Amino acid sequence: MRGRIKKELRKFISNGELIGKQGKDLISIPLPQIDIPHFTFGSRQKGGVGQGQGDVGDPLGADPDEGERKAGSLPGEHLLEVDISLEDLAEILGEELELPRIEPKGQATIVHSRTKYSSLRRTGPDSLVHRKRTYKEALKRQLLAGTYKAERPIIIPIREDRRYRSWKEEKKPEFNAVVIYMMDVSGSMGQEQKEIVRIESFWIDTWLRSQYDGLETRYIIHDAVAREVDQETFYHTRESGGTIISSAYKLAMKIIDEEYDPNEWNIYAFHFSDGDNWSSNDTQECLNLLSNEMLPEVNLFCYGQVESEYGSGQFLRDLNERFEDKEEKVLSSRIEGKEKIFDSIKVFLGKGK
Amino acid sequence: MSTQLSPELEAIRQQVEIYAQEYELDYFPVIFEVLDWNQINMVAAYGGFPNRYPHWRFGMEYEQLSKSYAYGLSKIYEMVINNDPSYAYLLHSNAEVDQKLVMAHVYGHSDFFKNNIYFGHTNRKMMDEMANHKTRVKKMIDKFGMEAVEDFIDVALSLENLIDTHAPGIRRHRDEREDYSVNGAELPTVQRLKSKDYMDKFINPKDFLDQQQKRLEDERQQKKNFPENPERDVLLFLIDHAPMERWQRDILEMIREEAYYFVPQMQTKIMNEGWASYWHSTIMTQRALKASEFIDYADHHSGTLASHPGRLNPYKIGIELFRDIEDRWNKGKFGKDYDDCDDMVEQKRWNKNLGLGRKKIFEVRKVHSDLTFIDTYLTEEFCREHKLFTFGYNNAKQNYEIASREFRAIKAKLLDSLTNRGQPFISVTNANYQNRGELYLIHQHQGVDLRPDYAQETLKNLHLVWKRPVAIETKVDGGDKILYYDGKTYQELAKEREV
Repeated sequence: MRGRIKKELRKFISNGELIGKQGKDLISIPLPQIDIPHFTFGSRQKGGVGQGQGDVGDPLGADPDEGERKAGSLPGEHLLEVDISLEDLAEILGEELELPRIEPKGQATIVHSRTKYSSLRRTGPDSLVHRKRTYKEALKRQLLAGTYKAERPIIIPIREDRRYRSWKEEKKPEFNAVVIYMMDVSGSMGQEQKEIVRIESFWIDTWLRSQYDGLETRYIIHDAVAREVDQETFYHTRESGGTIISSAYKLAMKIIDEEYDPNEWNIYAFHFSDGDNWSSNDTQECLNLLSNEMLPEVNLFCYGQVESEYGSGQFLRDLNERFEDKEEKVLSSRIEGKEKIFDSIKVFLGKGK
Repeated sequence: MSTQLSPELEAIRQQVEIYAQEYELDYFPVIFEVLDWNQINMVAAYGGFPNRYPHWRFGMEYEQLSKSYAYGLSKIYEMVINNDPSYAYLLHSNAEVDQKLVMAHVYGHSDFFKNNIYFGHTNRKMMDEMANHKTRVKKMIDKFGMEAVEDFIDVALSLENLIDTHAPGIRRHRDEREDYSVNGAELPTVQRLKSKDYMDKFINPKDFLDQQQKRLEDERQQKKNFPENPERDVLLFLIDHAPMERWQRDILEMIREEAYYFVPQMQTKIMNEGWASYWHSTIMTQRALKASEFIDYADHHSGTLASHPGRLNPYKIGIELFRDIEDRWNKGKFGKDYDDCDDMVEQKRWNKNLGLGRKKIFEVRKVHSDLTFIDTYLTEEFCREHKLFTFGYNNAKQNYEIASREFRAIKAKLLDSLTNRGQPFISVTNANYQNRGELYLIHQHQGVDLRPDYAQETLKNLHLVWKRPVAIETKVDGGDKILYYDGKTYQELAKEREV
């Protein structure tokens, strides 16, 4: 099964269906029941024989393919849902994408402790009596004392035999990561473009979550002005207006400065746009902002440019001119369509920072 | 959990077996195993054989079975394997009356496996054989890696239906190749130019003549088809002639062997289920049922035989046809006198008290497959009584609808779906197509097109085995077409001329 999921992963990724089916730990992957192809008959011309009431010309309520299948001639097409844990999925994703693990960075001294009831004590409240262990203790004592009789095996625990469940503190180093998604929602970004961003962010999210405990996500949308929004809005707004990219970067820097100390946080910034900025002055400002303020603080800055029929795509060129091959914290990719999402993720996460 | 029968179930089994013997059922020894639902789903996913080669398809099957069981959509009560001894799996949570019914049903199946001639060629030690296949495949995996082996199994499975269903039953005279070239008369010779004797060696130089002679022979050789006769067993042809690694050939052989093993079960689905249902109902209602179990039995039995509108339940059709035959032969409703009788009332009352019914159905279960069974015993009265109809797809209305209630149409449609197990007739006709070692298959089109997307993928798989371009001649929407795949591009070419 695993192998199959792996094979079909590319398809899943370009298929938005997945998102929203995510449970707490498990994710259901709708696997089309994959048939092995044969030379076989197309069903439409075929027809068949059925049983029941009705006059000639009456439509059949149920799809008779089902019945035919019973008679052993046609394969049916059913969606098969496979539950797979997010971790497994991320792992498969990792294998498939050939992603090197992103190393935890930050203050490893920050320790988070958590209690777990995994030890035993001799005293405690009755509600926490560990019956099995108590029984064992009593049995041991009786055997030693010689009061155990095989023909009449009655075990009576006394006070000293009692064992209680107790907690233990587990110390776990914690690493923090924040992902800031920025999306251009100006008039030129259509539904399809946003869909691409949505799918791509979901997969990046999935992968990063598997790597870090306590991943935080922040969402910024911008046209001529930027504002922070919740996830729901991020994925569903449609706005119009011009594009001033620097506004988003400024806001992102403000959030970072106020809340996320780069010494303690892995910071990832993703920006998706159609690359049509308002003016070249602003583009210059963006690039300066990036190199002077943002890049020293973040682990990675990724820019994904979605193709749109209105966008000139100039921003990507300017960005590459400034940073390509000079700054390894900046990654950019061009996402021409849904099928390119996979490659784009590979570009972004293919390098461990 | 032990999979053996509990003492209570064993007592029931012994009782049921005694009844089965009283009715003169002739079965293999049956080994019953009691499994919980998870185990039975696992075994079912493997097609009833607990030991089979590893392949993702079985995992998928299992996921599906256990999901649909969990959602209450389906439940496997029982499974029985054509093997000597027969293995039968019972669901642990079945009620006692259900187990009783299932055991009677299983004895029916085992009797059918043992006696029906279409099962005659199957390996009765298939349990062991499957386990051997598993071992072999596992060794290959160790040697060549999971991916490579599994991918090739995918390819092999994609071609598994390209076998010659009837080959086990008839002799194909494969080895009696007629080779005309040995008989001198058939050899072409170069025309000599007319010349005087003394000029002959100048006008017809020997070198040139030999060269021409050789060219003619070469041409003839090339024209000769290979294979000489169309080969229905495409898998066998590939095994014999396709360039493959040894382990790949081994896999193809295994897949082919398993495909042949499963053929009779597809060929006799209606009869097999009908026969087993006939016997569980006979044994239960005449012998085994206690009064207190009657309601549960009736509920379960009717559930098994339920026919949904627009669907054909093989259990139902099978059992009713067997009963119909039994009734007709008991009353003598067959033969010339009966057929010639024009009076419907008299026909209906016809009863010669022959009592041949039981004997007849035992004979039927021995010599027929679904195809001949339906062909011989489906009657107009039966179609009417059981409200059979044909359906077809209405392109204008975009749905399926009832097409006809006419006896001949129904019978034709039913026979159509049973012919060649409902699979297209495909054979290899030329392994040197276009004189470039390309493989040429012909699909004998009988009114139904191949499913195009599947055909394309299957061609690609075929190419993986043959390693040269592959083509299949078929019809698409009424036009003669050649589907062609050369390793890079897939094309649908119009068929221009005879090749």
